[in-house]
Amino acid sequence: MATSLRELVAVPTQRVLTGALALIFLFPLVWAAVASVAPQPGTAQVDGWGMGNYARLAGYQAGLAQYLLNSVLISGMTVIFTLAVSLLGGYAFAMFSFPGKNLLFLATLAILMVPYATLLIPLYVLLNSLGLQNSLVGLALVLTMFQLPFATFMMRISFESIPRELAESAYVDGCGTFTALLRILVPAVKPGLITVGLFAFLAAWNDFIAPLILINDSDKVPLPLAVANIRGQVMGVVDYGATEAGVVVLALPCVVLFLLLQRHYVRGFMSGALKG
Amino acid sequence: MATPVERRTEVPSAAPTSTIPEPAARRRVSGLSRRRRNQGWLYAAPTALFVTVFFLVPVLLVIQMSLSDWGLFAGNRGLNAPDNYTDALSNRLFWPAVWFTVKYTIITTVILIGIALGLALLVQEVVRWNSFLRTAFLVPSALGLASASLLFYALYAPQSGPFAQLLTALGIGDGTVSFLGSPNAALWSTVAVIVWRFAGFYMLLLLVGLQSISSDVYEAARVDGANRWQTFTNVTLPLLKSSLALCTILCITGSLLAFDQFYILTRGGPDNSTITIVQLVYNTAFGGRNDLGVAAALSLVVLLALIVINAAQFRALRGKED
Repeated sequence: MATSLRELVAVPTQRVLTGALALIFLFPLVWAAVASVAPQPGTAQVDGWGMGNYARLAGYQAGLAQYLLNSVLISGMTVIFTLAVSLLGGYAFAMFSFPGKNLLFLATLAILMVPYATLLIPLYVLLNSLGLQNSLVGLALVLTMFQLPFATFMMRISFESIPRELAESAYVDGCGTFTALLRILVPAVKPGLITVGLFAFLAAWNDFIAPLILINDSDKVPLPLAVANIRGQVMGVVDYGATEAGVVVLALPCVVLFLLLQRHYVRGFMSGALKG
Repeated sequence: MATPVERRTEVPSAAPTSTIPEPAARRRVSGLSRRRRNQGWLYAAPTALFVTVFFLVPVLLVIQMSLSDWGLFAGNRGLNAPDNYTDALSNRLFWPAVWFTVKYTIITTVILIGIALGLALLVQEVVRWNSFLRTAFLVPSALGLASASLLFYALYAPQSGPFAQLLTALGIGDGTVSFLGSPNAALWSTVAVIVWRFAGFYMLLLLVGLQSISSDVYEAARVDGANRWQTFTNVTLPLLKSSLALCTILCITGSLLAFDQFYILTRGGPDNSTITIVQLVYNTAFGGRNDLGVAAALSLVVLLALIVINAAQFRALRGKED
Protein backbone atom coordinates (compact mmCIF):
# COMPACT_ATOMS: atom_id res chain seq x y z
CA MET A 1 0.00 0.00 0.00
CA ALA A 2 1.22 3.44 -0.88
CA THR A 3 2.07 5.85 1.88
CA SER A 4 -0.35 8.69 2.35
CA LEU A 5 2.19 11.25 1.13
CA ARG A 6 2.81 9.31 -2.07
CA GLU A 7 -0.89 8.98 -2.61
CA LEU A 8 -1.30 12.69 -2.01
CA VAL A 9 0.97 13.42 -4.99
CA ALA A 10 0.15 10.43 -7.17
CA VAL A 11 -3.61 10.81 -7.38
CA PRO A 12 -3.72 14.43 -8.60
CA THR A 13 -0.86 13.77 -11.03
CA GLN A 14 -2.71 10.79 -12.44
CA ARG A 15 -5.91 12.83 -12.65
CA VAL A 16 -4.14 15.58 -14.60
CA LEU A 17 -2.49 13.17 -17.04
CA THR A 18 -5.56 11.02 -17.67
CA GLY A 19 -7.75 14.11 -17.81
CA ALA A 20 -5.49 15.52 -20.52
CA LEU A 21 -5.85 12.26 -22.43
CA ALA A 22 -9.63 12.49 -22.16
CA LEU A 23 -9.46 16.07 -23.48
CA ILE A 24 -7.52 14.87 -26.52
CA PHE A 25 -10.39 12.51 -27.32
CA LEU A 26 -13.04 15.16 -26.73
CA PHE A 27 -11.15 17.95 -28.49
CA PRO A 28 -12.20 17.23 -32.13
CA LEU A 29 -15.89 17.16 -31.17
CA VAL A 30 -15.67 20.36 -29.15
CA TRP A 31 -13.63 21.99 -31.90
CA ALA A 32 -16.23 21.14 -34.55
CA ALA A 33 -19.03 22.58 -32.43
CA VAL A 34 -17.09 25.79 -31.75
CA ALA A 35 -15.72 26.19 -35.29
CA SER A 36 -19.20 25.79 -36.80
CA VAL A 37 -20.34 29.03 -35.15
CA ALA A 38 -17.01 30.85 -35.15
CA PRO A 39 -16.06 33.52 -37.68
CA GLN A 40 -13.89 32.17 -40.47
CA PRO A 41 -12.95 33.57 -43.88
CA GLY A 42 -14.32 31.71 -46.88
CA THR A 43 -17.44 30.50 -45.09
CA ALA A 44 -20.96 31.81 -44.55
CA GLN A 45 -19.86 33.09 -41.16
CA VAL A 46 -17.15 35.66 -41.85
CA ASP A 47 -17.76 38.32 -39.20
CA GLY A 48 -18.55 37.58 -35.59
CA TRP A 49 -20.11 34.47 -34.12
CA GLY A 50 -23.40 33.14 -35.39
CA MET A 51 -25.38 30.51 -37.20
CA GLY A 52 -24.38 31.52 -40.74
CA ASN A 53 -22.94 28.11 -41.56
CA TYR A 54 -26.14 26.39 -40.43
CA ALA A 55 -28.19 28.79 -42.54
CA ARG A 56 -26.09 27.91 -45.58
CA LEU A 57 -26.41 24.22 -44.76
CA ALA A 58 -30.20 24.62 -44.47
CA GLY A 59 -30.35 26.04 -47.99
CA TYR A 60 -27.83 23.69 -49.57
CA GLN A 61 -29.31 22.07 -52.71
CA ALA A 62 -32.40 20.12 -51.64
CA GLY A 63 -32.08 21.65 -48.18
CA LEU A 64 -31.01 20.32 -44.81
CA ALA A 65 -34.64 19.50 -43.95
CA GLN A 66 -34.89 17.12 -46.92
CA TYR A 67 -31.64 15.33 -46.10
CA LEU A 68 -32.57 15.10 -42.42
CA LEU A 69 -35.93 13.64 -43.42
CA ASN A 70 -34.19 11.09 -45.66
CA SER A 71 -31.87 10.09 -42.83
CA VAL A 72 -34.71 9.88 -40.31
CA LEU A 73 -36.80 7.73 -42.69
CA ILE A 74 -33.90 5.39 -43.48
CA SER A 75 -32.89 5.04 -39.83
CA GLY A 76 -36.48 4.72 -38.62
CA MET A 77 -37.34 1.98 -41.10
CA THR A 78 -34.09 0.14 -40.43
CA VAL A 79 -34.70 0.21 -36.67
CA ILE A 80 -38.30 -1.01 -37.05
CA PHE A 81 -37.43 -3.77 -39.54
CA THR A 82 -34.44 -4.90 -37.47
CA LEU A 83 -36.44 -4.97 -34.22
CA ALA A 84 -39.34 -6.86 -35.79
CA VAL A 85 -37.25 -9.46 -37.63
CA SER A 86 -34.77 -10.07 -34.80
CA LEU A 87 -37.48 -10.19 -32.11
CA LEU A 88 -39.32 -12.97 -33.95
CA GLY A 89 -36.08 -14.62 -35.07
CA GLY A 90 -34.54 -14.53 -31.60
CA TYR A 91 -37.76 -16.01 -30.19
CA ALA A 92 -37.69 -18.81 -32.77
CA PHE A 93 -34.01 -19.63 -32.26
CA ALA A 94 -34.17 -19.53 -28.45
CA MET A 95 -37.54 -21.11 -27.66
CA PHE A 96 -38.40 -23.47 -30.53
CA SER A 97 -36.80 -26.39 -32.23
CA PHE A 98 -37.46 -26.79 -35.91
CA PRO A 99 -35.65 -28.44 -38.81
CA GLY A 100 -32.97 -26.26 -40.35
CA LYS A 101 -32.70 -24.09 -37.25
CA ASN A 102 -28.94 -24.29 -36.84
CA LEU A 103 -28.36 -23.91 -40.56
CA LEU A 104 -30.45 -20.75 -40.69
CA PHE A 105 -28.69 -19.32 -37.63
CA LEU A 106 -25.29 -19.99 -39.15
CA ALA A 107 -26.38 -18.47 -42.46
CA THR A 108 -27.47 -15.35 -40.57
CA LEU A 109 -24.11 -15.06 -38.82
CA ALA A 110 -22.32 -15.70 -42.13
CA ILE A 111 -23.46 -12.24 -43.28
CA LEU A 112 -20.61 -10.94 -41.11
CA MET A 113 -18.09 -12.89 -43.16
CA VAL A 114 -18.88 -11.29 -46.49
CA PRO A 115 -17.48 -7.81 -47.21
CA TYR A 116 -19.92 -4.97 -47.61
CA ALA A 117 -18.75 -4.17 -51.14
CA THR A 118 -19.04 -7.79 -52.27
CA LEU A 119 -22.74 -7.76 -51.37
CA LEU A 120 -23.55 -4.24 -52.52
CA ILE A 121 -22.63 -4.93 -56.15
CA PRO A 122 -25.19 -7.74 -56.64
CA LEU A 123 -27.66 -5.91 -54.37
CA TYR A 124 -27.53 -2.94 -56.74
CA VAL A 125 -28.63 -5.26 -59.58
CA LEU A 126 -31.11 -7.15 -57.41
CA LEU A 127 -32.88 -4.03 -56.10
CA ASN A 128 -33.23 -2.83 -59.68
CA SER A 129 -35.03 -6.02 -60.65
CA LEU A 130 -37.24 -5.81 -57.54
CA GLY A 131 -38.23 -2.26 -58.48
CA LEU A 132 -36.52 -0.96 -55.33
CA GLN A 133 -33.71 0.89 -57.08
CA ASN A 134 -33.01 4.36 -55.79
CA SER A 135 -35.53 3.91 -52.98
CA LEU A 136 -35.24 4.59 -49.27
CA VAL A 137 -37.22 1.41 -48.51
CA GLY A 138 -34.77 -0.71 -50.50
CA LEU A 139 -31.84 0.92 -48.71
CA ALA A 140 -33.47 0.31 -45.32
CA LEU A 141 -34.06 -3.37 -46.20
CA VAL A 142 -30.39 -3.77 -47.14
CA LEU A 143 -29.23 -2.01 -43.96
CA THR A 144 -31.53 -4.27 -41.95
CA MET A 145 -29.90 -7.33 -43.49
CA PHE A 146 -26.47 -6.04 -42.42
CA GLN A 147 -27.80 -5.62 -38.86
CA LEU A 148 -29.26 -9.12 -38.61
CA PRO A 149 -26.17 -11.05 -37.44
CA PHE A 150 -25.71 -8.90 -34.35
CA ALA A 151 -29.44 -8.32 -33.77
CA THR A 152 -30.44 -11.98 -34.10
CA PHE A 153 -27.57 -13.10 -31.88
CA MET A 154 -28.44 -10.46 -29.28
CA MET A 155 -32.16 -11.32 -29.24
CA ARG A 156 -31.42 -15.05 -29.11
CA ILE A 157 -29.29 -14.73 -25.99
CA SER A 158 -31.85 -12.30 -24.51
CA PHE A 159 -34.61 -14.90 -24.89
CA GLU A 160 -32.33 -17.67 -23.66
CA SER A 161 -31.60 -15.79 -20.46
CA ILE A 162 -35.32 -15.69 -19.59
CA PRO A 163 -36.15 -18.35 -17.00
CA ARG A 164 -37.77 -21.24 -18.92
CA GLU A 165 -40.55 -21.55 -16.36
CA LEU A 166 -41.81 -18.07 -17.24
CA ALA A 167 -42.47 -19.02 -20.86
CA GLU A 168 -43.69 -22.53 -20.07
CA SER A 169 -46.15 -21.28 -17.48
CA ALA A 170 -47.64 -18.94 -20.06
CA TYR A 171 -48.11 -21.80 -22.55
CA VAL A 172 -49.63 -24.09 -19.94
CA ASP A 173 -52.03 -21.31 -18.96
CA GLY A 174 -53.37 -21.59 -22.48
CA CYS A 175 -51.64 -18.62 -24.03
CA GLY A 176 -50.76 -19.03 -27.68
CA THR A 177 -47.08 -18.62 -28.42
CA PHE A 178 -47.71 -15.20 -29.93
CA THR A 179 -49.77 -13.95 -27.00
CA ALA A 180 -47.07 -15.23 -24.64
CA LEU A 181 -44.47 -13.35 -26.67
CA LEU A 182 -46.34 -10.06 -26.60
CA ARG A 183 -47.65 -10.17 -23.02
CA ILE A 184 -44.88 -11.86 -21.10
CA LEU A 185 -41.69 -12.19 -23.10
CA VAL A 186 -41.34 -8.79 -24.79
CA PRO A 187 -41.12 -6.98 -21.44
CA ALA A 188 -38.47 -9.49 -20.36
CA VAL A 189 -36.27 -8.89 -23.41
CA LYS A 190 -36.74 -5.11 -23.47
CA PRO A 191 -33.08 -4.34 -22.61
CA GLY A 192 -31.98 -6.49 -25.55
CA LEU A 193 -34.41 -4.67 -27.84
CA ILE A 194 -33.04 -1.29 -26.75
CA THR A 195 -29.47 -2.43 -27.46
CA VAL A 196 -30.45 -3.80 -30.88
CA GLY A 197 -32.42 -0.65 -31.70
CA LEU A 198 -29.54 1.62 -30.66
CA PHE A 199 -27.00 -0.25 -32.78
CA ALA A 200 -29.36 -0.35 -35.75
CA PHE A 201 -29.97 3.39 -35.49
CA LEU A 202 -26.29 4.28 -35.21
CA ALA A 203 -25.42 2.02 -38.15
CA ALA A 204 -28.22 3.28 -40.40
CA TRP A 205 -27.82 6.95 -39.52
CA ASN A 206 -24.10 6.82 -40.23
CA ASP A 207 -23.90 4.45 -43.16
CA PHE A 208 -22.07 5.86 -46.14
CA ILE A 209 -21.19 3.25 -48.74
CA ALA A 210 -24.64 1.62 -49.06
CA PRO A 211 -26.48 4.86 -49.96
CA LEU A 212 -23.49 5.91 -52.07
CA ILE A 213 -24.07 2.85 -54.25
CA LEU A 214 -27.83 2.31 -53.96
CA ILE A 215 -29.19 5.88 -54.14
CA ASN A 216 -28.65 7.80 -57.39
CA ASP A 217 -31.05 10.67 -56.89
CA SER A 218 -29.26 13.53 -55.11
CA ASP A 219 -32.53 14.58 -53.42
CA LYS A 220 -32.85 11.19 -51.76
CA VAL A 221 -29.40 10.86 -50.23
CA PRO A 222 -29.05 10.73 -46.44
CA LEU A 223 -27.18 13.40 -44.50
CA PRO A 224 -23.66 11.89 -44.47
CA LEU A 225 -23.58 11.81 -48.27
CA ALA A 226 -25.07 15.29 -48.53
CA VAL A 227 -22.44 16.73 -46.17
CA ALA A 228 -19.68 14.91 -48.03
CA ASN A 229 -21.00 16.41 -51.29
CA ILE A 230 -20.88 19.96 -49.91
CA ARG A 231 -17.12 19.84 -50.05
CA GLY A 232 -16.83 19.75 -53.81
CA GLN A 233 -19.51 22.37 -54.22
CA VAL A 234 -18.39 25.54 -55.97
CA MET A 235 -15.47 25.19 -58.37
CA GLY A 236 -13.58 22.90 -56.03
CA VAL A 237 -13.56 25.44 -53.23
CA VAL A 238 -14.42 23.64 -50.03
CA ASP A 239 -16.87 25.32 -47.68
CA TYR A 240 -15.34 24.20 -44.38
CA GLY A 241 -17.89 26.15 -42.36
CA ALA A 242 -20.85 24.29 -43.82
CA THR A 243 -18.93 21.01 -43.47
CA GLU A 244 -18.38 21.69 -39.76
CA ALA A 245 -22.05 22.55 -39.30
CA GLY A 246 -22.97 19.35 -41.15
CA VAL A 247 -20.71 17.27 -38.91
CA VAL A 248 -22.36 18.77 -35.83
CA VAL A 249 -25.86 17.96 -37.15
CA LEU A 250 -24.68 14.43 -37.98
CA ALA A 251 -22.95 13.82 -34.66
CA LEU A 252 -25.41 15.42 -32.26
CA PRO A 253 -28.14 12.73 -32.26
CA CYS A 254 -25.52 9.98 -32.04
CA VAL A 255 -23.71 11.57 -29.11
CA VAL A 256 -26.95 12.37 -27.24
CA LEU A 257 -28.36 8.86 -27.77
CA PHE A 258 -25.03 7.35 -26.78
CA LEU A 259 -24.85 9.34 -23.53
CA LEU A 260 -28.46 8.45 -22.67
CA LEU A 261 -28.14 4.76 -23.51
CA GLN A 262 -24.48 4.12 -22.69
CA ARG A 263 -25.43 1.19 -20.46
CA HIS A 264 -27.19 -0.54 -23.34
CA TYR A 265 -24.32 0.21 -25.69
CA VAL A 266 -21.89 -1.46 -23.29
CA ARG A 267 -24.19 -4.49 -22.99
CA GLY A 268 -23.89 -4.99 -26.73
CA PHE A 269 -20.15 -5.35 -26.28
CA MET A 270 -20.53 -7.76 -23.39
CA SER A 271 -22.53 -10.10 -25.60
CA GLY A 272 -20.13 -9.54 -28.47
CA ALA A 273 -17.21 -10.57 -26.28
CA LEU A 274 -19.16 -13.58 -25.10
CA LYS A 275 -19.34 -14.71 -28.68
CA GLY A 276 -15.55 -14.71 -29.05
CA MET B 1 -13.22 -18.64 -22.04
CA ALA B 2 -16.78 -17.45 -22.46
CA THR B 3 -17.69 -19.96 -25.14
CA PRO B 4 -18.62 -22.76 -22.73
CA VAL B 5 -21.05 -20.43 -21.02
CA GLU B 6 -22.81 -19.78 -24.25
CA ARG B 7 -22.82 -23.43 -25.17
CA ARG B 8 -24.34 -24.33 -21.86
CA THR B 9 -27.24 -21.99 -22.43
CA GLU B 10 -27.63 -23.27 -25.94
CA VAL B 11 -28.21 -26.89 -25.01
CA PRO B 12 -31.70 -26.59 -23.55
CA SER B 13 -32.78 -24.36 -26.40
CA ALA B 14 -31.66 -26.83 -29.01
CA ALA B 15 -33.92 -29.42 -27.44
CA PRO B 16 -36.61 -27.65 -25.46
CA THR B 17 -38.91 -30.68 -25.73
CA SER B 18 -36.41 -32.77 -23.80
CA THR B 19 -37.14 -30.95 -20.55
CA ILE B 20 -39.18 -33.55 -18.72
CA PRO B 21 -42.60 -32.15 -17.87
CA GLU B 22 -44.64 -33.20 -14.88
CA PRO B 23 -46.70 -36.31 -15.66
CA ALA B 24 -50.06 -34.53 -15.52
CA ALA B 25 -49.00 -31.97 -18.07
CA ARG B 26 -47.07 -34.36 -20.27
CA ARG B 27 -49.62 -35.02 -22.99
CA ARG B 28 -50.61 -31.41 -23.30
CA VAL B 29 -47.00 -30.28 -23.56
CA SER B 30 -46.08 -32.85 -26.20
CA GLY B 31 -49.03 -31.73 -28.32
CA LEU B 32 -47.94 -28.20 -27.72
CA SER B 33 -44.38 -28.92 -28.81
CA ARG B 34 -45.52 -30.43 -32.12
CA ARG B 35 -47.49 -27.30 -32.81
CA ARG B 36 -44.58 -25.22 -31.61
CA ARG B 37 -42.28 -26.92 -34.09
CA ASN B 38 -44.26 -25.42 -36.97
CA GLN B 39 -44.61 -22.13 -35.19
CA GLY B 40 -40.83 -21.99 -34.80
CA TRP B 41 -40.55 -21.81 -38.56
CA LEU B 42 -43.23 -19.18 -38.66
CA TYR B 43 -41.28 -16.92 -36.30
CA ALA B 44 -38.03 -17.62 -38.13
CA ALA B 45 -39.63 -16.95 -41.54
CA PRO B 46 -38.86 -13.20 -41.69
CA THR B 47 -35.20 -13.91 -40.86
CA ALA B 48 -35.13 -16.68 -43.47
CA LEU B 49 -36.69 -14.34 -46.03
CA PHE B 50 -34.18 -11.58 -45.36
CA VAL B 51 -31.20 -13.92 -45.35
CA THR B 52 -32.35 -15.56 -48.60
CA VAL B 53 -33.33 -12.48 -50.59
CA PHE B 54 -30.68 -10.03 -49.42
CA PHE B 55 -27.78 -12.35 -48.66
CA LEU B 56 -27.87 -15.81 -50.26
CA VAL B 57 -29.29 -14.69 -53.62
CA PRO B 58 -26.80 -11.78 -53.87
CA VAL B 59 -23.91 -14.15 -53.07
CA LEU B 60 -24.99 -16.44 -55.92
CA LEU B 61 -25.59 -13.43 -58.14
CA VAL B 62 -22.15 -11.96 -57.49
CA ILE B 63 -20.60 -15.29 -58.50
CA GLN B 64 -22.60 -15.25 -61.73
CA MET B 65 -21.68 -11.61 -62.35
CA SER B 66 -18.00 -12.37 -61.86
CA LEU B 67 -18.24 -14.90 -64.68
CA SER B 68 -20.19 -12.62 -67.03
CA ASP B 69 -19.70 -9.56 -69.17
CA TRP B 70 -21.85 -7.28 -67.03
CA GLY B 71 -21.83 -3.52 -67.55
CA LEU B 72 -23.29 -1.03 -65.10
CA PHE B 73 -25.78 0.25 -67.66
CA ALA B 74 -25.64 -2.47 -70.31
CA GLY B 75 -26.50 -5.26 -67.88
CA ASN B 76 -25.80 -8.94 -68.43
CA ARG B 77 -24.22 -9.70 -71.83
CA GLY B 78 -23.49 -13.38 -71.25
CA LEU B 79 -20.70 -15.48 -69.83
CA ASN B 80 -17.10 -14.45 -70.45
CA ALA B 81 -15.22 -16.45 -67.79
CA PRO B 82 -12.46 -16.09 -66.82
CA ASP B 83 -11.92 -12.68 -68.43
CA ASN B 84 -13.14 -10.68 -65.43
CA TYR B 85 -10.66 -12.37 -63.11
CA THR B 86 -7.65 -11.92 -65.39
CA ASP B 87 -8.79 -8.35 -66.00
CA ALA B 88 -9.14 -7.64 -62.26
CA LEU B 89 -5.77 -9.14 -61.36
CA SER B 90 -3.91 -7.45 -64.20
CA ASN B 91 -5.26 -3.99 -63.38
CA ARG B 92 -2.19 -1.81 -62.86
CA LEU B 93 -3.69 -0.49 -59.60
CA PHE B 94 -4.41 -3.96 -58.19
CA TRP B 95 -1.08 -4.82 -56.57
CA PRO B 96 -0.41 -1.27 -55.32
CA ALA B 97 -3.90 -1.34 -53.75
CA VAL B 98 -3.24 -4.72 -52.12
CA TRP B 99 0.11 -3.55 -50.81
CA PHE B 100 -1.32 -0.27 -49.50
CA THR B 101 -4.29 -2.01 -47.85
CA VAL B 102 -1.99 -4.51 -46.11
CA LYS B 103 0.36 -1.77 -44.96
CA TYR B 104 -2.52 0.30 -43.66
CA THR B 105 -4.02 -2.76 -41.91
CA ILE B 106 -0.78 -3.64 -40.13
CA ILE B 107 -0.12 -0.07 -38.98
CA THR B 108 -3.71 0.46 -37.83
CA THR B 109 -4.00 -2.86 -36.02
CA VAL B 110 -0.71 -2.52 -34.12
CA ILE B 111 -1.35 1.07 -33.04
CA LEU B 112 -5.03 0.65 -32.32
CA ILE B 113 -4.79 -2.52 -30.25
CA GLY B 114 -1.77 -1.12 -28.39
CA ILE B 115 -3.57 2.11 -27.47
CA ALA B 116 -6.83 0.29 -26.68
CA LEU B 117 -4.99 -2.05 -24.31
CA GLY B 118 -3.31 0.91 -22.61
CA LEU B 119 -6.65 2.70 -22.19
CA ALA B 120 -8.33 -0.46 -20.88
CA LEU B 121 -5.63 -0.92 -18.24
CA LEU B 122 -5.91 2.75 -17.35
CA VAL B 123 -9.66 2.69 -16.68
CA GLN B 124 -10.19 -0.86 -15.45
CA GLU B 125 -10.48 0.08 -11.79
CA VAL B 126 -14.09 0.87 -10.94
CA VAL B 127 -14.03 4.43 -9.59
CA ARG B 128 -16.08 7.44 -10.60
CA TRP B 129 -13.18 9.25 -12.32
CA ASN B 130 -12.56 6.24 -14.54
CA SER B 131 -16.17 6.09 -15.67
CA PHE B 132 -15.78 9.69 -16.84
CA LEU B 133 -12.60 8.70 -18.72
CA ARG B 134 -14.33 5.69 -20.24
CA THR B 135 -17.17 7.84 -21.52
CA ALA B 136 -14.71 10.36 -22.98
CA PHE B 137 -12.81 7.63 -24.83
CA LEU B 138 -16.06 6.03 -26.02
CA VAL B 139 -17.93 9.07 -27.32
CA PRO B 140 -16.10 9.12 -30.69
CA SER B 141 -17.29 5.58 -31.37
CA ALA B 142 -20.89 6.82 -31.45
CA LEU B 143 -20.00 8.82 -34.56
CA GLY B 144 -20.10 7.29 -37.97
CA LEU B 145 -16.85 6.67 -39.77
CA ALA B 146 -18.00 9.09 -42.46
CA SER B 147 -18.80 11.80 -39.89
CA ALA B 148 -15.45 11.27 -38.17
CA SER B 149 -13.65 11.51 -41.51
CA LEU B 150 -15.51 14.70 -42.45
CA LEU B 151 -14.71 16.17 -39.05
CA PHE B 152 -11.00 15.48 -39.45
CA TYR B 153 -11.11 16.67 -43.06
CA ALA B 154 -12.02 20.11 -41.73
CA LEU B 155 -9.70 19.75 -38.75
CA TYR B 156 -6.72 18.97 -40.98
CA ALA B 157 -7.39 21.74 -43.49
CA PRO B 158 -4.97 24.66 -43.14
CA GLN B 159 -7.84 27.09 -43.97
CA SER B 160 -10.02 25.97 -41.08
CA GLY B 161 -8.15 23.67 -38.72
CA PRO B 162 -6.11 24.82 -35.74
CA PHE B 163 -2.99 22.77 -36.48
CA ALA B 164 -1.46 24.97 -39.16
CA GLN B 165 -1.67 28.07 -36.97
CA LEU B 166 -0.44 26.11 -33.98
CA LEU B 167 2.61 24.81 -35.82
CA THR B 168 3.37 28.26 -37.19
CA ALA B 169 3.10 29.70 -33.71
CA LEU B 170 5.53 27.07 -32.49
CA GLY B 171 7.89 27.98 -35.31
CA ILE B 172 7.56 24.62 -37.08
CA GLY B 173 6.97 24.82 -40.81
CA ASP B 174 5.72 27.87 -42.68
CA GLY B 175 1.96 27.52 -42.19
CA THR B 176 1.49 25.37 -45.26
CA VAL B 177 1.91 22.04 -43.50
CA SER B 178 -0.25 19.49 -45.26
CA PHE B 179 -1.86 16.52 -43.56
CA LEU B 180 -3.18 14.91 -46.71
CA GLY B 181 -0.79 16.23 -49.35
CA SER B 182 1.88 13.53 -49.41
CA PRO B 183 1.33 9.75 -49.50
CA ASN B 184 2.86 9.22 -46.07
CA ALA B 185 1.10 12.15 -44.43
CA ALA B 186 -2.22 10.99 -45.88
CA LEU B 187 -1.68 7.48 -44.54
CA TRP B 188 -0.79 8.58 -41.01
CA SER B 189 -3.50 11.24 -40.91
CA THR B 190 -6.06 8.58 -41.80
CA VAL B 191 -4.68 6.20 -39.17
CA ALA B 192 -5.11 9.01 -36.62
CA VAL B 193 -8.81 9.33 -37.52
CA ILE B 194 -9.31 5.59 -37.13
CA VAL B 195 -7.47 5.48 -33.80
CA TRP B 196 -9.59 8.36 -32.50
CA ARG B 197 -12.81 6.75 -33.71
CA PHE B 198 -12.13 3.15 -32.64
CA ALA B 199 -9.79 3.25 -29.59
CA GLY B 200 -12.72 3.38 -27.16
CA PHE B 201 -14.54 0.62 -29.01
CA TYR B 202 -11.62 -1.81 -28.65
CA MET B 203 -10.90 -0.56 -25.13
CA LEU B 204 -14.41 -1.66 -24.17
CA LEU B 205 -13.94 -5.12 -25.70
CA LEU B 206 -10.65 -5.53 -23.80
CA LEU B 207 -12.23 -4.19 -20.63
CA VAL B 208 -14.80 -6.98 -20.76
CA GLY B 209 -11.89 -9.43 -20.94
CA LEU B 210 -9.97 -7.72 -18.13
CA GLN B 211 -12.96 -7.78 -15.82
CA SER B 212 -13.47 -11.49 -16.34
CA ILE B 213 -10.03 -12.15 -14.81
CA SER B 214 -10.63 -13.14 -11.20
CA SER B 215 -9.01 -11.04 -8.50
CA ASP B 216 -7.74 -14.29 -6.90
CA VAL B 217 -5.25 -14.66 -9.74
CA TYR B 218 -3.84 -11.19 -9.09
CA GLU B 219 -3.78 -11.92 -5.38
CA ALA B 220 -1.80 -15.11 -6.03
CA ALA B 221 0.67 -13.19 -8.20
CA ARG B 222 1.07 -10.59 -5.46
CA VAL B 223 1.70 -13.27 -2.84
CA ASP B 224 4.34 -14.78 -5.13
CA GLY B 225 6.06 -11.40 -5.14
CA ALA B 226 5.47 -10.54 -8.79
CA ASN B 227 5.99 -6.89 -9.67
CA ARG B 228 3.59 -4.91 -11.87
CA TRP B 229 5.35 -5.73 -15.14
CA GLN B 230 5.62 -9.44 -14.31
CA THR B 231 1.95 -9.53 -13.36
CA PHE B 232 1.07 -7.85 -16.65
CA THR B 233 3.11 -10.16 -18.90
CA ASN B 234 2.57 -13.41 -16.99
CA VAL B 235 -0.99 -13.04 -15.70
CA THR B 236 -2.94 -10.35 -17.53
CA LEU B 237 -1.76 -10.88 -21.11
CA PRO B 238 -2.21 -14.68 -21.22
CA LEU B 239 -5.68 -14.47 -19.66
CA LEU B 240 -6.62 -11.66 -22.04
CA LYS B 241 -5.62 -13.67 -25.08
CA SER B 242 -9.10 -14.47 -26.37
CA SER B 243 -10.23 -10.84 -26.02
CA LEU B 244 -7.08 -9.65 -27.77
CA ALA B 245 -7.63 -12.18 -30.52
CA LEU B 246 -11.21 -11.02 -31.03
CA CYS B 247 -10.02 -7.40 -31.26
CA THR B 248 -7.26 -8.32 -33.70
CA ILE B 249 -9.60 -10.26 -35.96
CA LEU B 250 -12.18 -7.44 -35.96
CA CYS B 251 -9.51 -4.80 -36.54
CA ILE B 252 -7.76 -6.66 -39.35
CA THR B 253 -11.04 -7.44 -41.10
CA GLY B 254 -12.27 -3.87 -40.73
CA SER B 255 -9.02 -2.35 -41.97
CA LEU B 256 -8.72 -4.66 -44.96
CA LEU B 257 -12.17 -3.44 -46.01
CA ALA B 258 -11.41 0.25 -45.41
CA PHE B 259 -13.38 2.57 -47.67
CA ASP B 260 -15.24 5.54 -46.11
CA GLN B 261 -12.21 7.17 -44.53
CA PHE B 262 -10.13 7.16 -47.71
CA TYR B 263 -13.07 8.04 -49.95
CA ILE B 264 -13.69 11.16 -47.86
CA LEU B 265 -10.20 12.15 -46.77
CA THR B 266 -8.00 11.38 -49.76
CA ARG B 267 -10.16 10.10 -52.63
CA GLY B 268 -7.29 7.66 -53.20
CA GLY B 269 -4.80 10.46 -53.68
CA PRO B 270 -2.27 11.87 -53.84
CA ASP B 271 -1.27 10.10 -57.07
CA ASN B 272 -3.39 7.01 -56.34
CA SER B 273 -1.14 6.30 -53.36
CA THR B 274 -3.97 5.62 -50.91
CA ILE B 275 -6.29 3.43 -52.98
CA THR B 276 -7.54 0.53 -50.88
CA ILE B 277 -8.83 -2.67 -52.37
CA VAL B 278 -12.49 -1.85 -51.64
CA GLN B 279 -12.03 1.55 -53.26
CA LEU B 280 -10.72 -0.24 -56.32
CA VAL B 281 -13.87 -2.39 -56.31
CA TYR B 282 -16.02 0.73 -56.03
CA ASN B 283 -14.14 2.59 -58.77
CA THR B 284 -14.35 -0.40 -61.08
CA ALA B 285 -18.09 -0.76 -60.56
CA PHE B 286 -19.35 2.80 -60.23
CA GLY B 287 -16.50 5.28 -60.41
CA GLY B 288 -15.83 5.56 -64.12
CA ARG B 289 -15.12 2.06 -65.40
CA ASN B 290 -18.71 0.98 -64.79
CA ASP B 291 -17.87 -2.69 -65.15
CA LEU B 292 -19.84 -4.70 -62.61
CA GLY B 293 -18.43 -8.02 -63.84
CA VAL B 294 -14.81 -7.11 -63.13
CA ALA B 295 -15.84 -5.49 -59.83
CA ALA B 296 -17.68 -8.67 -58.83
CA ALA B 297 -14.61 -10.76 -59.66
CA LEU B 298 -12.42 -8.41 -57.66
CA SER B 299 -14.75 -8.46 -54.67
CA LEU B 300 -14.86 -12.26 -54.72
CA VAL B 301 -11.06 -12.29 -54.65
CA VAL B 302 -11.32 -10.03 -51.57
CA LEU B 303 -13.86 -12.37 -49.98
CA LEU B 304 -11.64 -15.37 -50.61
CA ALA B 305 -8.58 -13.61 -49.17
CA LEU B 306 -10.59 -12.60 -46.12
CA ILE B 307 -11.81 -16.15 -45.52
CA VAL B 308 -8.24 -17.47 -45.77
CA ILE B 309 -6.88 -14.78 -43.43
CA ASN B 310 -9.63 -15.27 -40.86
CA ALA B 311 -9.32 -19.05 -40.99
CA ALA B 312 -5.58 -18.70 -40.39
CA GLN B 313 -6.23 -16.40 -37.43
CA PHE B 314 -8.78 -18.76 -35.90
CA ARG B 315 -6.39 -21.67 -36.37
CA ALA B 316 -3.52 -19.76 -34.77
CA LEU B 317 -5.79 -18.86 -31.87
CA ARG B 318 -7.05 -22.39 -31.37
CA GLY B 319 -3.51 -23.77 -31.64
CA LYS B 320 -2.42 -21.49 -28.83
CA GLU B 321 -5.35 -22.38 -26.62
CA ASP B 322 -4.69 -26.12 -26.80
